[in-house]
Amino acid sequence: MAKVKPRVRVPKKVAKGDIFEIKTLISHKMESGQRKNKKTGKIIPRKIINKFECRYNGDVVFSADWYPAVSANPYMSFFTVATESGEIAFSWTDDDGTVYSKTAKITVT
Amino acid sequence: MRESSNGGNVTRRQMIVTMSAAAFAALSLPTGEALETPADVAAKVKAVVGDRKAKSGRIKMELPEIAENGATVPLTVTVDSPMTAKDYVKSVHFFAEKNPNPELATFYFTPRSGKAMASARIRLAKTQNVVTVATMSDGSVYMNKTQVKVTIGGCGG
Repeated sequence: MAKVKPRVRVPKKVAKGDIFEIKTLISHKMESGQRKNKKTGKIIPRKIINKFECRYNGDVVFSADWYPAVSANPYMSFFTVATESGEIAFSWTDDDGTVYSKTAKITVT
Repeated sequence: MRESSNGGNVTRRQMIVTMSAAAFAALSLPTGEALETPADVAAKVKAVVGDRKAKSGRIKMELPEIAENGATVPLTVTVDSPMTAKDYVKSVHFFAEKNPNPELATFYFTPRSGKAMASARIRLAKTQNVVTVATMSDGSVYMNKTQVKVTIGGCGG
């Protein structure tokens, strides 16, 4: 299976109080459970990322439930308010329990 | 399962094997084998809305009028809200009326979101409505329906 790779785009410096955009991408097949193996006729089982979460210095600022209808290599962008400097942590949870994570540092002036 | 024989028997056997495999596969699907109907989505929407009356407005959906590739349809939602601790958008649920499963995604905003705006990419099986339900911190609910025409469906192989 191809390696699951998360990527995030967070601005390095933001002015306090500003609302800024965060963009995220993770390379994941998002096997919907709808496709059939063309040779055997058997359904390829569902295996998707079903939960996305963004924490800013530990507090959840945005999260999402994903269903099989989210496209492969899921893209997710959203906004948050620059409150203080620190770490923004992202996690993606697979149906099989694996959690993929990534962090980004942010300086708030 | 190919066994040599004369052409006719192999064809009938193959058909029976394929059809029972398909039936078995259909039974083992988590939520129904048929494409969802608007009635199924209505039930899911009711589960979110409950006894409240869903109002129109406040939701802006950005979806292509015509999606060339149903496997990746860009979606952006913006819900009009001050996003303060006292008045913010709590959750936005997306449903597809004609996908194999009705739920697309749910976004959970917080007062720290600043803006109730987010984007993702979804799979749409065919031309249909995307139904969006937004729940607010004050308990009110808003609903939006937007049609997307899909030229090549994006749900199966």
